[in-house]
Amino acid sequence: MAQLQPRHHNLHLPGVTLPGHRFAIGAETPLRLDCGASLSRLDIAYQTYGQLNADRSNAILVCHALSGDQFVMERHPVTGREGWWENMVGPGLTLDTDRYFVICANVVGGCMGTTGPSDIDPATGKPYGLAFPLITIADMVRAQKLLIDHLGIESLFCVTGGSMGGMQALQWAVSYPERVFTCVPIAAAARHSAQNIAFHEVGRQAIMADPDWCGGDYLAHDKRPRRGLAVARMAAHITYLSEATLHRKFGRNLQDRREVAYGFDADFQVESYLRHQGSAFVERFDANSYLYITRAMDYFDLASEHGGLLANAFRGTKSRFCVISFTSDWLFPTTQSREVVHALNAVAANVSFVEIATDKGHDAFLLDVPEFFATFSGFLNGAAEHRGVK
Amino acid sequence: MDGDTAARTNVIRVDLQLVADMVAARSRVLDVGCGDGALLDYLIHFKQVDGRGVELSQAGVNACVRHGLSVIQGDADTDLKDYPSDAFDYVILSQTLQATRDPRIVLRQLVRIGHRAIVSFSNFGFWRVRWHLAWHGRMPVAEARGLYWYDTPNIHPCTITDFVDLCRELDIAIESGLALDRRGRTRRLNSPGFFANLFGEQAVFLLRRP
Repeated sequence: MAQLQPRHHNLHLPGVTLPGHRFAIGAETPLRLDCGASLSRLDIAYQTYGQLNADRSNAILVCHALSGDQFVMERHPVTGREGWWENMVGPGLTLDTDRYFVICANVVGGCMGTTGPSDIDPATGKPYGLAFPLITIADMVRAQKLLIDHLGIESLFCVTGGSMGGMQALQWAVSYPERVFTCVPIAAAARHSAQNIAFHEVGRQAIMADPDWCGGDYLAHDKRPRRGLAVARMAAHITYLSEATLHRKFGRNLQDRREVAYGFDADFQVESYLRHQGSAFVERFDANSYLYITRAMDYFDLASEHGGLLANAFRGTKSRFCVISFTSDWLFPTTQSREVVHALNAVAANVSFVEIATDKGHDAFLLDVPEFFATFSGFLNGAAEHRGVK
Repeated sequence: MDGDTAARTNVIRVDLQLVADMVAARSRVLDVGCGDGALLDYLIHFKQVDGRGVELSQAGVNACVRHGLSVIQGDADTDLKDYPSDAFDYVILSQTLQATRDPRIVLRQLVRIGHRAIVSFSNFGFWRVRWHLAWHGRMPVAEARGLYWYDTPNIHPCTITDFVDLCRELDIAIESGLALDRRGRTRRLNSPGFFANLFGEQAVFLLRRP
């Protein structure tokens, strides 16, 4: 059932084979999804860093965000850029790979090796496209749990992640509380807000309005909705920053010119920057994956399946929580982290909560914010002492 | 203890030590207004309690979490209502009651959340305070922090007698009380009276629901 095997690249880039581990789940144990469908064949692509200790007590599961993947602390095989959490994960860093065994898996529905809409549907022999079932954050976590079982890890020392990664961390603590020693949701929330859903809808509409999207069937037509996906990324990218960051980085500075050109070229640096973000993104991300993963975030509401009362989701939890938010994050503002904290207090859970002062917006969880690293490290050290992780 | 002993000390402020002495080992403790976490850290490492903290200042919270303590940013006046009843063996309010907007609501919450509450405060009936006001005609300045009337967070100072009266009014039982004089000597407050209120600079009370 479980086997390692080489596999093609979802993005169908010629000559590129993704490095790393694969865990294949076969038809005998289909993954049952929240939408009612099940995936009879599921590959999970994951990376690990550091060594699992003898009593298997030092494993940290890192959950990636919407546009992230499993390449946490190594050069990305497609973009060639450094890993997305290189300042967090590594020897001597907050998630110290000399001390902890760090695991990160590409989410279900993704496009970096784990089964998603750009993969071949075994039923038809063609790419899934919109035939791929709708997935949820809980489904992503179900798949990760199978991987953690496969790795023989009874209890994760820590489950953490930012943004959608934080949603998964919270879902882990609710779905498998006995498997989670500490849970560190960063710049996250227990549900997607109306504003967040609204921004995602703009992105999805941009993709679906691109004629090259072909009703989701673009791979069969040998096309890709580059313009739509780029616009979706541009709009989303604004929400990851803050006004202060945009002002500091760009102000009203002009791009390679002394005065405005009285046209619709990228006169301003901020326009040029966003266009670059958009066009770079389409080289490494699948448009349908973007639709499915944003939808999974929209559907996320931990309280809804617990009678609308978030505290009920956490009742009886023994996990230690450290909720982290950033002052300038307007996409997942501190008030939403505070709701999680209040719910945890209501069941007298062991919770720490820090709001980090920074003007870097939602993306602060990816950036060099020393106070963030220091508090996260302190929390982990306290928990490691408690658990006896050397 | 562990590798962190350089930063950890078993010597804490005398009034904090009095509070700590009232806490049974291996109990569940919530420290409201835990500041930099000195008391919480002591209780966790020397009394093996399961300890949590609430602190108003974000800087204090971050310092606590950096040291591995479970602390959240919160306000005693507004956030205690979120906690379930009987969630802790002890709820501690150390040098914080005077800074709350409504000490009555806070005291009721303390004895609801905890089987016991431990409250400590500076006694405004202490003879030096009285002398300062009577002789100089000026508000006393908190000596430890040098805070004047306009910058002290303590908006509701009280005396030992005031506090005992309030507990009676709120139907909160006083299990024990201690007054601490200037030389660090303690006096039991079995029947808190005139002398305790005059010579006690600090007071610590162990409270519970009747």
